[in-house]
Amino acid sequence: MTFKKTLLASVIGAAVVGTTMLPMTASAETLRIGYSADPETLDIHEQLSGGMLRLSHLAFDPLVRWTKDFQFEPRLATEWEQVDETTTRMTLREGVTFHSGNEFTAKDVVWTIERLKESPDYRAIFEPVASAAAVDDYTVEITTTEPYPLLLNLATYIFPMDSEFYTGETEDGNEKAEIVKAGNSFASRNVSGTGPFIVTDRRQGVRVDFERFEDYWDTESEGNVSKIVLTPIAENASRVAALLSGGVDFIDAVPPNDLDRVREADNASLVEVDGTRIIGFQMNEERVEAFQDARVRQAVDLAINQEGIADRLMRGFATPAGQFSPEGYSGHNPDLVPRYDVERAKALMAEAGYEEGFSVDMIAPNNRYVNDAQIAQAVANMLAQININVNLRTMPLAQYWPEYDTRESDMAMIGWHADTEDTANFFQYLSFCIDEETGVGQYNYGSYCNEEIDALVTAADSETDLEKRNEMLSEAEAMLYEDVGYITLHWQNLAYGAANGIEIEPVVNALDFPYLGDLVINR
Amino acid sequence: MIAFLIKRLMHAVLVMFVISVLAFAIQDNLGDPVQQMVGQSVPESEREAIRERLGLNDSFLVQYVRFAKNAVQGDFGDSYFYREPALEVIARHLPATLELVFAATLIIVIFSVPIGVYSAIKPRSPLSRLFMGASIIGISIPVFLTAILLIQIFSIGITITLFPESTSWGAWLNGLLSTEGNMPSFGRGYNLVHVVGHWDTNLATWNGLQHLVLPAVSLASIMLPLFIRLIRAEMMEVLQSEYVKYARAKGISMRRVYFVHALKNTMLPVITVGGVQIGTMVAYTILTETVFQWPGMGLMFLDAINRADIPLIVTYLMIVGVIFVVTNTIVDLIYGFVNPTVKLTGKPA
Repeated sequence: MTFKKTLLASVIGAAVVGTTMLPMTASAETLRIGYSADPETLDIHEQLSGGMLRLSHLAFDPLVRWTKDFQFEPRLATEWEQVDETTTRMTLREGVTFHSGNEFTAKDVVWTIERLKESPDYRAIFEPVASAAAVDDYTVEITTTEPYPLLLNLATYIFPMDSEFYTGETEDGNEKAEIVKAGNSFASRNVSGTGPFIVTDRRQGVRVDFERFEDYWDTESEGNVSKIVLTPIAENASRVAALLSGGVDFIDAVPPNDLDRVREADNASLVEVDGTRIIGFQMNEERVEAFQDARVRQAVDLAINQEGIADRLMRGFATPAGQFSPEGYSGHNPDLVPRYDVERAKALMAEAGYEEGFSVDMIAPNNRYVNDAQIAQAVANMLAQININVNLRTMPLAQYWPEYDTRESDMAMIGWHADTEDTANFFQYLSFCIDEETGVGQYNYGSYCNEEIDALVTAADSETDLEKRNEMLSEAEAMLYEDVGYITLHWQNLAYGAANGIEIEPVVNALDFPYLGDLVINR
Repeated sequence: MIAFLIKRLMHAVLVMFVISVLAFAIQDNLGDPVQQMVGQSVPESEREAIRERLGLNDSFLVQYVRFAKNAVQGDFGDSYFYREPALEVIARHLPATLELVFAATLIIVIFSVPIGVYSAIKPRSPLSRLFMGASIIGISIPVFLTAILLIQIFSIGITITLFPESTSWGAWLNGLLSTEGNMPSFGRGYNLVHVVGHWDTNLATWNGLQHLVLPAVSLASIMLPLFIRLIRAEMMEVLQSEYVKYARAKGISMRRVYFVHALKNTMLPVITVGGVQIGTMVAYTILTETVFQWPGMGLMFLDAINRADIPLIVTYLMIVGVIFVVTNTIVDLIYGFVNPTVKLTGKPA
């Protein structure tokens, strides 16, 4: 019988251990973050990704940055003016120091722009920039090859790097400045920026530690976070659990199924932001003759219930879209809304001679966008109503893009975020007639081609009168809407979860890089 | 003995070779690693240049020979994501996984032996029936779900309001069934103690142990019921055998019969199965580590697959192959010690 007793005791013992654990305590200014991914590297020019831009805003400062309503806010550049058609002069902030102690001057900006033009990921975006020159220590002039209206948009990507720190050779004889993809470069392991936080320790895939930079220039910022511990938690359910159990204070990418759980939690709150990433489908005109007929493309668009998907499938976590550009972007056309109408879709199919319908293959990723596979399934069912039988294949991200590049299916899902936060970018990548030489239409899966639209967007891209440019782009959106060169579904929202006292709302934005330097914690 | 070990060493080399060929053969289906290394808007020409630099455009044979040449010198290539030698990356993640497997094994041994023996001795007692019923449930619930449930109950906490709160017994029952949570739900915690090399341990601090408990329990949950049932079945068989009956007849105390004579013979097959299962457990850590964000080899491997980090995937598979060979060898050695009638080299005694 003693055996029974010890057994019972051990079971009780386990239960007691489970319930009497003490809560983890943290000092008031430490922010424990659980992001879905950690930065891939420490070299901010090695890869253009959401994770890297988040890091950039922690350890560096851009020349200008976006506000919540898509205006420009001065950071390291305090003023800017157009000197002539192709030259912009920027005045830089004085008294700014890098983490290394070096002083920030115009030469760092010039150095950084030159390095951006060397980066495989940024080279294409910085193509319009011809050169940069330091006029004096705190004035820099940026020249574009042609009149270019989006220079300030590009300036949000210019995070001046410490040129002195990154110049020279390492012990084993490599250039400190070199950008090596997936390689072991100096810049991928060492950081010196001007940003609010210094990287103190980093174990890739495990955690990154930051400490507030004592000599940070922005003394007016009310941010009081003195330490950040960033843990990547890729699994959605675990990330939410980490927040609700008090293990972390702030998470990104709350999945739709857990929105209510975070919203209703006693110890945390949910912050939603309308996103800017468009999700939609492309129809392959090379493979399916019917898709060359604008009426069939319209029918496909009409048969899809965007509101229904946003409402039910996404649980309100998406804004139904009838065009590429979200509200706030120049070029957004408020008249273009989803137009679900099955009857009219059927009529158009009949008119085009496809009353009997046809069969198509469709591909979609299953771990890239929020609920991507389910959305594709829903769209497939909706198309069945107009007799288009869809044979859907979904696959993980790593396999999806190679498959996408072969263009061997009839319909494909793609989401797009405009790196320039500008309407023209969507057109250039998704709907422009494919041109291997210039690289436009790189993601035009369906080989859709409407030269009229292309000409209008191209003209808009060298129009420096922003008012006029806005009109041209919204005209282009209307034309694409009519011609259905891309089937828009919705803009995917962003959702963050924050523990009580973490005033996250003022520092998050549609771009998905929270300005944590300004974060205030009131516990 | 020496001959046996040499034979096993040859096995290990053969296993590594076969795995490396297989892993290389499937790498085209793992996806395009370059896709993960560049932003979406990067033009094809840049991607092509990176592919060329990484040697991904070479034929299967050229790539494999290059890999094999380096591998025999101990260089398994650099992980694309970690930007370090793959072996180094694995060495850094290995201790976390081994500690997790060790803790889970400990839980399994501590619970399965007494419970298994008890339910064999008293097969009809209500407690035995409860254990058997629970073990069926335990075997059927996937690790993933067990882990999520543990997190909900012990990390987040649950509030039960099933009973009337106004009555004192209701409030007491509600309080009893509700949990406060507060157990850490992810990671290894921040109070690791450095031991040697890449080995930081969770076992040395209270906080570290707290972090270890839930992942270890959920990892153990899949094997524990299996071992309880195995031990019970073996024990029951042994209890029917002639020598146990003889021992009883001789008047030896029951405790001695159970725990000295019967248990020893029960453990033989258990050790065999156990050794194999420890290898399997390394595989189960992929799920457990993902849910608990436990920074071990399993989580690392899953990430590597998502990123098509081919050098890391190939190296991991080879290392796991070696772990299997090593555990099997150790099991065979132990078996030899426990049961001297077994000859390792298979020669007649």
